Amino acid sequence: MKGTENGVLSGEFFMQGDIACAEGAICAGCRFFGGYPITPATEVAQRMSERLPLVDGIYIQMEDELASMNAVLGASWAGQKAMTATSGPGFSLMMENLGLGIMLETPCVLVNVQRGGPSTGLPTLVSQSDMMQARWGSHGDYSTIALAPSSPQELFDLTIHAFNLAEIYRTPVLVMTDAEVGHMTEKVVIPPLEEIEVVSRRKPTVPPEEYLPYRVEPGELVPPMAVAGDGYRIHTTGLTHDERGYPATADDSAQWPLVQRLIDKIEKNKDDIIVLEEEGLDEAEVAVVSYGMAARTAIWPIQMARQEGIRVGLLRLVTVWPFPDRQIRELAGRVESIVVPEINMGQIVREVKRCAEGQAEVSSVPHPGGGIHDPRKVLEAIRRAAGREGGK
Amino acid sequence: MKFWREPLDLKDIRVPRGEIHVLTERCKGCGWCVEFCQRDVLEVSDEINSKGYHPPKVIREQACVGCGLCELMCPEFAIYVVEQEGKATLL
Amino acid sequence: MDLEMNGYRLDKSLEQHVEAEGLREDVHGRHPMDDLLRTDRLPHIWCPGCGLGTALTCFLSALRKSGLDLDLVAVVSGIGCTGRVAGYVRLDSFHTTPGRAIPFATGLKLGNPDLKVVVFSGDGDLVTIGGNHFIHAARRNMDMTVICVNNFNYGMTGGQAGATTPIGGITTTSPYGNYEYPFNVSALAAASGAVYVARWTVLHARRLERSMTEALLKPGFSLVEVISPCPTGFGRRHKQRQGLDTMRYYHEHGVIRHGTDPRDTDIGLGGVIIEGKFVDVDKPTFLEQRSRRLSQVLDR
Repeated sequence: MKGTENGVLSGEFFMQGDIACAEGAICAGCRFFGGYPITPATEVAQRMSERLPLVDGIYIQMEDELASMNAVLGASWAGQKAMTATSGPGFSLMMENLGLGIMLETPCVLVNVQRGGPSTGLPTLVSQSDMMQARWGSHGDYSTIALAPSSPQELFDLTIHAFNLAEIYRTPVLVMTDAEVGHMTEKVVIPPLEEIEVVSRRKPTVPPEEYLPYRVEPGELVPPMAVAGDGYRIHTTGLTHDERGYPATADDSAQWPLVQRLIDKIEKNKDDIIVLEEEGLDEAEVAVVSYGMAARTAIWPIQMARQEGIRVGLLRLVTVWPFPDRQIRELAGRVESIVVPEINMGQIVREVKRCAEGQAEVSSVPHPGGGIHDPRKVLEAIRRAAGREGGK
Repeated sequence: MKFWREPLDLKDIRVPRGEIHVLTERCKGCGWCVEFCQRDVLEVSDEINSKGYHPPKVIREQACVGCGLCELMCPEFAIYVVEQEGKATLL
Repeated sequence: MDLEMNGYRLDKSLEQHVEAEGLREDVHGRHPMDDLLRTDRLPHIWCPGCGLGTALTCFLSALRKSGLDLDLVAVVSGIGCTGRVAGYVRLDSFHTTPGRAIPFATGLKLGNPDLKVVVFSGDGDLVTIGGNHFIHAARRNMDMTVICVNNFNYGMTGGQAGATTPIGGITTTSPYGNYEYPFNVSALAAASGAVYVARWTVLHARRLERSMTEALLKPGFSLVEVISPCPTGFGRRHKQRQGLDTMRYYHEHGVIRHGTDPRDTDIGLGGVIIEGKFVDVDKPTFLEQRSRRLSQVLDR
């Protein structure tokens, strides 16, 4: 299925990240936005409030982020592609119902334009400090998909990609962008309608009497989805349920297959989901592993380091979750050190360390949020990692 | 029935007759149908169903007018009334 | 059900451990309402003497009488005893998180305006934890029918105090008697902008059913508050050990006064319970307001 007709503003633009995100959603077929204003994500909501009525979509400003997340789930269960956008404090409020979305297996997109935390923190300034929360924020065991764009163009592209992943895997997908990317204005190219690939959820092929909402064929992990009004008279619940969607809470017999499948849905499909970008890692002695804004601001330090004779390359995580365990382990086997700059006090670096299994030195270049890395700090970290302390 | 003044359409009024069906195994002995039946059709029986509750039993079948209040009020979907065609009586 | 689910081997057969064994016609007979119920999940979990079964019966009867297309009716519940209603109706139904049935229902309705969305949940779920969503949906006049079963406590979890527990009410978290002012659900709905507000006890089953039919057919935010016995969580702590005692209490204390100002209908222990249809007005719904404004401004 190609990108939707009205709504695709094909062309070249000088566009703010948040606006590009909204445009990406509309290109992907999103016709419902339920959100709550929060800096620095408000522009996404504002743009959606302007554009959705023009494409027969509905924008609603809910009373808080809990309501927003739920409205998005409800709209998805009515058959719509639905999205919300928030920042750290709202992200925290959405956690319980993100879990509901995961448990009900609801396709939807949640954009987090990260800002300085904790708590109210730095509303207008960048951070990447919700990355662990993206993986573990809701209670219980589950797996999640999180994408990290580095530019407004990528934010546009990854928002479309997020919707497609959500529909394929029947799960909420997180777009973990940040205040820099969100508020930066840069060139964004919106392709013509025919070039936009859009995927929609699989519908049941059997009649209502034979349909079980959570039954999968052997070897499959994602059930086809009937929604309200399709005539299937489905029931679904946030309680642990069996294939009929009915609660099965008397003991753990349904818990095992359900939770395992929710995790496997994503973990067993890692190879299809993970997107990485490598640059200059052949014969590198140091690898810089990063994502989002921090990956972008590592480019200059890497170039400087190369001029000093250090063989250093970049591995950019476009998908941060599910985490590329295998690829990091392989990388750690090839290089001597890994440097992980991120705009937080060391979150994804823990995953890198875990996967490196001691094969390479892993060091963090933390930042509490409020600004991007001082490139000299990243350069020093690369030098230290290469064993060239203090200058050339 | 005694009237102070006989209504003009007295010969046209038909009092319906209902037939009660008790699904004894569903009953949880709340006693509401017995208590609130306006025609005292039901009584708590001495029998016990497999869950240990005393279901209602019909004691005044002819008094049931098929109003359906027991059916509407029962929390367990354990009782219903079927209006009997051709059994309606004059007042 | 066999020992495998979705390719994963189960340690124990699912059949032995599901919540309810399901009804069998040879044992439990057939009831006229069965085609609207998920009989494979009955008997329900509600206590003997609980009014929820009655509220559900009245609702299903009202649904039949309303003539609505049942494939387009969606029921959303939150958490709690009343929240279990979604699981027992043979309609598209959603059992969501505590307090959040109303925003989920909002999303459903806006996602497909052809759906008739019903929120069926309890006082704890809708006006305590869910209070904020309740008043905003009423404010927006979102087209949905809200059935709020009020038993004055959080019943499912053992009988804790909630925002509707009357002063003096004994609950597990107000062991010396509740001293907080409670909400009056009908007044809250009316003050927030609901276009239809009615309150009935489950004793007045026929009037309750009629109100539910009216509420289902009325566009906009329509609320039916159902006062119901909760012998286990609430009644037995107030000298009403059985549901029947509470029903007799309703008989004695219930007064029907249509059109009363909802602010004058507070419910206190031992006091009068005013029932009736309090509000029935007409006002454009959220979607009508949106349509009107957009067509004015955008010519579409």
